[in-house]
Amino acid sequence: MKILVAVKRVIDYNVQIRVKEDGSGVVTDNVKMSTNPPDDNAIEEAVKIKEAGKAKEIVAITIGEEKAQETVRKALAVGADRGIHVKVDNVIEPLAVSKILKKIVEKENPDLVFMGKQAIDDDCNQTGQMLAALLNWPQATFASKIEVKDNALEVTREIDEGLETIEVNVPAIVTCDLRLNEPRYASLPNIMKAKKKPIEQINASDLGVDINPRIEQIKVEEPPKRKAGIKVASVEELVQKLKNEAKVI
Amino acid sequence: MSVLLIAEHNNKEVRPFTYNAITAASQINEDLHVLVLGHQADEVAKSLSEVPNVKKVIHVDNEIYENYIAENYTAAIIKHAENYSHIVSSANTFGKNLMPRIAALLDTSQVSDIIKVISEDTFLRPIYAGNAFATVKSNDKKKCVTIRPTSFDPADKSGGSAEITKSDPAEASSSTKFLKKEEVKSDRPELGTARIVISGGRGMQNGENFKLISDIADKLNAAIGASRAAVDAGYITNDHQVGQTGKVVVPDLYIAVGISGAIQHLAGMKESKVIVAINKDGEAPIFSVADYGLEADLFEALPQFLSELNKLNTIQK
Repeated sequence: MKILVAVKRVIDYNVQIRVKEDGSGVVTDNVKMSTNPPDDNAIEEAVKIKEAGKAKEIVAITIGEEKAQETVRKALAVGADRGIHVKVDNVIEPLAVSKILKKIVEKENPDLVFMGKQAIDDDCNQTGQMLAALLNWPQATFASKIEVKDNALEVTREIDEGLETIEVNVPAIVTCDLRLNEPRYASLPNIMKAKKKPIEQINASDLGVDINPRIEQIKVEEPPKRKAGIKVASVEELVQKLKNEAKVI
Repeated sequence: MSVLLIAEHNNKEVRPFTYNAITAASQINEDLHVLVLGHQADEVAKSLSEVPNVKKVIHVDNEIYENYIAENYTAAIIKHAENYSHIVSSANTFGKNLMPRIAALLDTSQVSDIIKVISEDTFLRPIYAGNAFATVKSNDKKKCVTIRPTSFDPADKSGGSAEITKSDPAEASSSTKFLKKEEVKSDRPELGTARIVISGGRGMQNGENFKLISDIADKLNAAIGASRAAVDAGYITNDHQVGQTGKVVVPDLYIAVGISGAIQHLAGMKESKVIVAINKDGEAPIFSVADYGLEADLFEALPQFLSELNKLNTIQK
């Protein structure tokens, strides 16, 4: 089997987000960037499947500006075999991302496409499902367990009510949840080796897909601030405040 | 044109967030139709026809809709899409799984997880774990929108009498098979809609210690939540997770116990009306959003909390 894994470069999950004063977005200059966390789970799962002898090749792909390549390089350092970087200059919407991925899938013919269930920047949670629709492939979203069978996957999904298990025929799209696995760290020798692995660069404009935005971002603002709270000295005081001041119990 | 809402239900009852989504959908356009895809879900269609905000119910009955197979649902929804300007659902795991599949086939850029309807085409939605709010305008002809249920009040459930029309199923997908669902049954209120939520984090140290939390939850008729760290560590099941990648809750009272307050957790609870933090680390970020902070060892504080509650003559339920 061949697995294509899509990774996205986002503001690191530990960074305190600052909104730009002109309302045009959030501050990204000189801010630490890293791979979208559940995309790390997607790479890890692909590597585990390959290590189990059930996949032959892992291709990591990212779509973004020049520096987005770092996320592909990181995927190569933890076990992907080669990379693809589709260059775009602006932020594009999940629909456009899925159209680009469809073109790459048609060229690469993977059996599986893995990616994180949601990017922690735009919080859209769309790309995997959209790609599945465009390819007319089955989708297994929010995966917390994947079992590879003959030409099928048994996937346990995290849903609001608990867990759901479905079987999808290959080829399929899987979007990964955070509990799917524990992503490994790249070792120094593997980071060095990854520098020699190939990354193919493709310009999005050469793929012949419409990536123009359909959604206008009118403004970005800070959410309303909570008013500052107080510290209470004892449990007794806490219960009295909840009863008599906040009147919630 | 009209709005089509996709109902979430278990073939017997309407799932509660559908009512919140109805409120938001009818703010987009008053001509709101609800699509019920299910198996022997007549009661669900009937309940929804009684919601005053609903103008019409379309009911498709077939065994292929017994479970939420997104592929099967999508095919059925696409058949009706041409009559509608908007297709909407809740932004919970049901709608998140389903809506992008519909949007892609309609060549529409979906607007996810809206918290306010500004106009028919303009919405407010949180980004970056709720650390920024974006006002976005969709320029697509047909709009696919998911709604953050806790940002809208549930619609009234009775008094209406919308027409119920039957419609034919679409083709079933042969490439996806439902195997099983492990639903966690509980007598407690649902996490997403509970008036009080008490959550535990890594500070709980193990699953057994969650009994300290469940004792208080019983007393307050509260739902039990957890941080991602507690779920990752296996103290409690995933359906309890509150946060950016878990559930978003907006209770009247949220009690965070042994939770440091990572950005990803705050995203799921910081809109709560009153927040209490109990943590022995006075510098923990959770205190920055807490209305009442108690710097204390939770293993002493929780039993005391229970005994103080027991002293009260009355407790609101």
